[in-house]
This record gives sequence, structure tokens and C-alpha cells, in this order.
Amino acid sequence: MSYLDLLKLASPEAIIALTALVVLAIGLAGGRAPVAAAVSAAGPNRTAGDTPDTTAAASHLCSFFAALGLAFAVGAVLMLPQHATLFGGMLVITPLTSLFKIICIALAFFTVLLASGNDSLRNHGEYLAIILLATIGLMLLVGSEELLMIFIGLELTGLSLYIITAFDKTDIRSAEAGLKYFLFGSTASAFTLFGISFIYGMSGTTSLAAIGQKLTATSAQPVLAVGIIMTLIGFAFKIAAAPFHLWAPDTYQGAPVPSAAFIASGSKVASFVVLGKIVLVGFGPVHGSAAWHAMIAGWSPVLAVLAALSIVVGNLVALAQTNVRRLLAYSAVAHAGYTLLGLVAGGRDGFSATLFYTTVYAFTLVGAFGVVALVRRETGSDDLQNFAGLSSLSPLLAGCMSIFMLSLAGMPPLAGFFGKFYLFSAALRADANHGLLWLVALALLGSLISLYYYLIVLKVIFMDEKAQPEILPARRRLGEGGSLLQQISLSVLAAIVLFLGIIPGPLVARIIAALP
Amino acid sequence: MIAWVIYVTFTGAVVLLFLPRVFSRWIALLTTVAGFAIGLTALFRDDVDLAHFTTIVRVPWVPMLGMNYHLAVDGISVTMVLVTGIAAVSTVLFSWDVDHRPNEFFFWLLLVVGGSYGVFLSADLFLLFVFYELVIFPKYFLIAIWGSTNKEYGAMKLTLYSFFGGALVFIGILVVYVTAGSLDLNQLAQFQFPPQLQSWAFPVLFLGFAVLAGIWPLHTWAPTGHVAAPTAGSMLLAGIVMKLGAYGGLRVAMNLFPQGFQIWSKWIAVLAVIGIVYAAAVALRQRDLKFVIGYSSVSHMGFVLLGLATANVLGVSGAVLQMFSHGVIAALLFAVAGRMIYRRTHTRDLDELSILGLSRALPFAAFAFVIASAASMGIPGFSGFAAEITILLGAWKSFPVAVWITGAGMVLVAAFTLRALKKSFFGDSQSADSFATEPITFAEKCGAGLVMFATLAIGLYPKLLLDRIVPAVEAMRFLK
Repeated sequence: MSYLDLLKLASPEAIIALTALVVLAIGLAGGRAPVAAAVSAAGPNRTAGDTPDTTAAASHLCSFFAALGLAFAVGAVLMLPQHATLFGGMLVITPLTSLFKIICIALAFFTVLLASGNDSLRNHGEYLAIILLATIGLMLLVGSEELLMIFIGLELTGLSLYIITAFDKTDIRSAEAGLKYFLFGSTASAFTLFGISFIYGMSGTTSLAAIGQKLTATSAQPVLAVGIIMTLIGFAFKIAAAPFHLWAPDTYQGAPVPSAAFIASGSKVASFVVLGKIVLVGFGPVHGSAAWHAMIAGWSPVLAVLAALSIVVGNLVALAQTNVRRLLAYSAVAHAGYTLLGLVAGGRDGFSATLFYTTVYAFTLVGAFGVVALVRRETGSDDLQNFAGLSSLSPLLAGCMSIFMLSLAGMPPLAGFFGKFYLFSAALRADANHGLLWLVALALLGSLISLYYYLIVLKVIFMDEKAQPEILPARRRLGEGGSLLQQISLSVLAAIVLFLGIIPGPLVARIIAALP
Repeated sequence: MIAWVIYVTFTGAVVLLFLPRVFSRWIALLTTVAGFAIGLTALFRDDVDLAHFTTIVRVPWVPMLGMNYHLAVDGISVTMVLVTGIAAVSTVLFSWDVDHRPNEFFFWLLLVVGGSYGVFLSADLFLLFVFYELVIFPKYFLIAIWGSTNKEYGAMKLTLYSFFGGALVFIGILVVYVTAGSLDLNQLAQFQFPPQLQSWAFPVLFLGFAVLAGIWPLHTWAPTGHVAAPTAGSMLLAGIVMKLGAYGGLRVAMNLFPQGFQIWSKWIAVLAVIGIVYAAAVALRQRDLKFVIGYSSVSHMGFVLLGLATANVLGVSGAVLQMFSHGVIAALLFAVAGRMIYRRTHTRDLDELSILGLSRALPFAAFAFVIASAASMGIPGFSGFAAEITILLGAWKSFPVAVWITGAGMVLVAAFTLRALKKSFFGDSQSADSFATEPITFAEKCGAGLVMFATLAIGLYPKLLLDRIVPAVEAMRFLK
């Protein structure tokens, strides 16, 4: 294979890497805001050095190029062949990887649009460049079926995300969030690496398919169990499943909003794709069973326990939240639990249900964070009370937010409802005797609880008209519209969520066709 | 043709969002009248076989998972569509005075109506469930924004109860789906589910639906919700939404799990009878007029459940007729209590109302309330009598004891109805000058006239509906 062929097959990643460099260069040319001056300054407006005009122009240019690069990358993914392998199986190209690369790129695209209106982020070029690097990490994750490459992807994504979490240097919570995310994340990575080394020791290979074949011969051994559990812990951290979710609330709340959106969406989608591949392809033979009264040792009872814990903890703790981002974080924990149901069920059916649900969830969450970002920009905070009376000030934002919230709650005809139906039916079908009914019933109970807190958010938006006087002028500005670009992208996201709820067929068909 | 009730209603709802507020009530009226007219013509057309659940639309939806956009109609569905149309038109007429965010109000209202039409016409379990859940959350907004007394509590309680019922239904539907591998109600009606599965899946599914029908002891959302809701909300809830639960229990739970139904039918009858008597007894002690009517709804829905539990043609047909009858009567009762009385006097307390001498101030309201009370008590000549006597005849064959207890319950129903009637309109006001207020508007008269006509027409000529209901009931599996 010549280098030209290699470049062709890796062209989406290459394009994004190139875009990241270009964006970085533009950002540098546009002028950096000195850190010391900005930190001491009270507001973001007092940037010393370059005039605000050139900085603003540069940041717009950065956003434009980042979006353009991502659009080109989608085109490049579409040009890829159906099946190919790179570097002797280190990276593979299948319909599944192509589909999820496009989804990851689309999520990054919306994140870039979201970030473009965020004035509090200085050094826009750097910020966008790091988001693009994280996107490459996600694409590597999605596109590999090999443990080492997966680890590299995890680390590339993780390191980029740690940085963009701590990016808002004027906000101490951002620093706290970054530190927490980093400490938890690196510990989890260590666990994963440890687990991977056990798996490698057992099977003598790092390729998932080969591991799957090797494990068939070996029966369940303590060493293997340690390896599997360690590996799963690392992923449980990534998807924020209880009890490895402790970083999520602080990170979601403290990080700049676009970063939080990207962590909650892109990182989650890619992690679920990889987790699914690892457990279903790599650990396939030691599936075990999580059926009631008929548990068999394996990874699926482990995931079932994680799912059950996440559903219970996430939903119950979310009830008590008064900050919308924190609420979304705990609900994310619960949703990780629901999504795991498909993997517990296993098989093609379960995996495709998981993939559908996590995709829908990611788009919904980017949208919800988009609304939060606009409200935060105008009112200075994202506590629940800042959303009061949003419906009379900006019916569009209120309408979008209600679509996102009701979809998360699983209300038809929105995508979240279909996703849940698909997921739960897959879980029930997996066991001949409805053995997973306990988990499905628990998940439904969880959705019942979740409806309460989602409705509370909507209640505040649609009903509480009286807000504190000091944020009234800001709220009026919100009524006038934020930036047109962001309103359009939020409407598009809401339309996607509605569309996937009413006509889920095409995406489901594509996912099922993409699975081997 | 009848499928258009769904499309017209949802189109109306979407159009409402984009038009200025002056048009909102007219659009809503036009939409609901169109739905009512379509339902009425469907009743009299004989090109569709109403004795069986006949497919009218069938389009693949998510073919990989076996979901179809599949609508069908039979005598039961067409009856329910008709009562939905009547209740919807009168609800809009009784909401003519809504000034606070009217577009949103009528949008949510039409979503409830459209979703209900969808449930009554769905022949695909997934589709049915989509419409069923679609009815739930608009009610939250209707009550929490436009409601009165303790509205946020009532709205949340009602929504969570409904969603809890929905979750049970969800489990039941999933079990049906993964066991039979199909979602088509007509195919599933041929499928033999294992008896062991039926014995536990039936109560889950039926109870899930019955929560919405106000089965005792899961009825408590109904009175609170009715009281908190705006007039339109109570009318929709009692007139349409509670019927969804009973309809689902009949169409899905009983028809798919006949053996499970056999095992559990006596328990349903027990709960139904407790509901009839208990709710009537509670209603006797209420001071708030809307609470009285709210509990009367629970009591009347108890008749529906009793009729379903009888498992014979007479009882089940009576239950469907009672759904129709209660739909129009409850709508009228709530309209009088909420719109005609409460909007003018700002009180629903029976003791306070009794000194106002409302019968002289609002003679039309008094007339309407007398008619509604008579129908509610089961006076011959009104639809309530036709329905309840049919149910009791059916119950006599299956559960004679239940008939005796229910008979006692009916005395209680008469007692609380007469008490409410006397206290609200014919109280002993000493002062000669009666309470002065604005007269009943034309819109209110139209709305009340429509439902009064419906209850009288069916009371005098129940054959009109029974001729369509009975063959459809006979085609159901659990009777064989």
C-alpha cells in the first residue's frame, strides 16, 4: 500500500488535522489576549493589546474555517470505500465506522457553531483547534478495532477535552472542573490500560476479532475477569455511568458550555461505539447473562449492575438539582444507564438500539446545551431561575428546549421515545424468558422519575413569569434573539430530534445495515 | 375518510401556532367542528364494515421493526371518535373566553384531541402507544398554565399518574411485541399467548390503562386534576381522556389476553364496584362543586370497568355506551360548574353558592345542570340510563352480587347529585334580589345545547350506537 493510498483512507482525519493547524494559525495572527490582563480584568471586554475588532474578526474567521473543514471532512468520509484496513488492521473502515465518523463530525460541527457566539472564550483559534483535535480522537476511537489504537484514541480525546474544560481562565469553576475531569480521567485511563494489558496477556493479541477467537477456547478465569472489569471501569468513566460519574456534575457545570456539550455528546457517542465493539466483538464469548435468577458470570451482569446503579442514582439525584447544567449531568448518568441496556442485551439488535439511542441523545444534548449557552450569555448564569419566563421572551428557544426536554423524558413523537422503545424491546427480546424484565422495569421507573424534573424545567420556562429585577434587562436582550446563527442551528437540532422521532426508519436501517 | 379526523386536528394545531391570536378560537372551532362532522358522517356511511376492525390506512413505518402506520375502524372506534368530536367542539365553545395566551391554549387542547382520535383509530400497538402518550404532556401545560386551585400540584400529580400507567402499558406492549413478534392488533388478536404469560401480563397491561380510566385505588389523580384544571381541561379529561384508558383496556388488554382476562375479571369487577360506591360516598361529603363532579366521574367510570369485567356482549356494549354517555354528561357538568358558575361567582363552594340563588340569575345554567344531573343519575330518557341499565343487565349474568351493591351505589349517586344540584342552584336564598352577573353567552348556549342534544338523542334512541357497537363487541375474542 502506497502512502498516497494511506492518505486517501485517512483523508477525513488528515483534513481535520490540517484545519486545526489553519485555525490555530489564524488565531495566532489575529492576536492573543494576554492572560494576565484578562484574568485581572473584571469583564471579557477589557482585553489589552490588540483592538477588540481584529480579535473578533479573527475568531469569526476561525469558526468559519473550522466549520468548513468539518464539512469537507464529511465529504471525505463519504468518498471512503466501503471496507478497508489501514496499518495492518490498526484502523478499519466499515459502513459502521463511516456512519459514526459522520455523526461525530456533525456533533463537532454543532459544537463549533455553539462556540462561535461565546464571547467569554478568549483565544478562539486555540479553542477550536483543540475541539478539532478531540474530533480526530473520536474518529480514531470509532475507527479502530484494536486495543492499542483504542487507547490512543481515548487519550487523544481525553487530553483535548481536559484542556477545553479548563479553558475559561476567568472562571474558577472552569479550572476546578478541568482538574477534576483530568484527575478522574487519568485514573480511569490507568485502569483501562491495566485491563488491556491483562487481556493482552491472556490472548497474546490486541486485535478485537482475534481476542474474541482466543477467548472462546479459554474458560472464565480470575485473570480474565480482572482484565475485563478494569477495562470496563475506564469506559464506565467515559460514559459517566454510576458509580464512576462523580466528575460529570462538576465538569458539566463548570466547563465552558460548548466544551460541556461536546463532552456530553461526541465523547459519549464514540465511547459507546467502542465499548460496544469491545464487549460484543472482543469479549463476545464471555457474555454471561444478566437474567433475573439466572445470572451467569461474564461482562453483561457487570454492565447490568452499572446500568441499574446509573438509572437509580442519576434520576434520584437529578430531582434535587437547581442548576440546569447539573441537572443535565445527572440525567446524563441516568441516560448512560438506559443506553447500557442495549449492550447488556447484546447481539446485533441490542447494539443497534444502543447506537441509535446514543446518537439521538447526543443531538438532543447538544441542543439543550445550546439553549443553556444562550440563556447563560444573556443572564450570566444557568440556574433554573434564570430560565423563568423564557417562553414569553423567546418562543423559539422555549419551543426548542421543550422539544429537547420532552425527548429526553421519552415523550412521543420525539426521538427519545422511539429510542427507548427500541432499546427496551431489544433488552426484553434478548432473553427467551423475559429475563431482563427487571432492568427494563427499573428503566421505566427511572423515566417516570425523570419526567418530573424535566417538567419542572419546562414549568419554569413556560410559567414562572416573575424573575428577579436585576436580570430583567438581560432577559429582554434574550428576547431580541442572540445570534441568528445559533438560533438556526438550534432549530435544526430540534428538527433533527423531531424528525428522528417521527421517521426513525432511515437511521435505524442504516445502523442495522452497518453492523456486521 | 375517518382517518382525516387525525390529520385535520393536528394541522389545526400547527396552524394555530403561526397565526395571530385573534384567529385562534375560530381556528380551533373550525378544526373541532370538522373533526366532529367527519366522525358523524363515518357513523352513517355503510361502505366500511363496522362489525370488524377494518383497516383504512396501512403504510410501512419502520419496516425493520415491524411498525406500520396502521389505522382501522369498527363500531367501538367510531363511537369513541364521535364522543371525542362532541366533547371537543363543546370544549372549544366553553373556552371562548380564554384570553391568556390563547394560541398556546388551543394548541395544547388540539393535541389532546388529536392524540385521542389517534388512539381510537390505531391498529398498530406502537402507533396506539405513541398517540396515548402524546395525550399526556399537553394536559400538564393546560392545567399548570391555565388552571386554578393548586394547579401545579394537580397537574404534576395527574401527569405522573398517567405516565406511571403509561409505563405499565409500555411493559405490556413490549412483552406482547417480543413474544408475538408483531405489533398489528388484528394479527395479535389471532395469536395464542402462553397462558402463564397472560396471567401476569394481563393485569400489568390492564392496570396501566385503567389508571387513566380512574380505577380505584389509583383514581386519586382524577378529582385533584379536575379541580385544578381549567374548564376545558376538566371537560377534556372527563370527556375524552378517561375513556382512553377504558378503550385501551378493552381493545388491547382484554382482546389480546383472553385467558388472563378470565382469571382477573372478577378482581376488576371488585375494584369497579368499590370505585362506584366509594367515589359516590366521597362525593356526598364534598364542599367544592368540582370535587363532587370529579368523584362522580370516578364513580361513572366504575360502571365502565364493571361492564368490561362482565365479559359478555351486553355488559361490554353497555360499557362502550357508558363511555359515550359519560363523555357528554361529564363535559356538560364541568362546563356548568367551571365556566357558567365559577367564572361568574369565583367560588365553587357549595355553601357559598347556596345563598346566591343562582337559578334566578342564570336560568339557562340551572336548566343545563338539571339535565346533566338527570342524565348523570340515570333517569330514563337520557343516555346514562340506557348505558347503565345495559351494564347492569350484563353484570347480572356474571356477577349478581355486584349488581346489588351497585344498586345501592346508584342511590348514593342520586343523593350526591341532588345535593349538589340543590345547593348550587336551588339554595334557600333569603334575599329577593338575586345575584347579578353577566348572562350566559351564545357560545356557551351552543356548547351546552350540543351535549344536551347528544345525551337526549342517545337516551331516546340508543339503538343508533348500539347497532354499531354490539357487532364489533361480538367480534372480540374474549367472548368466544
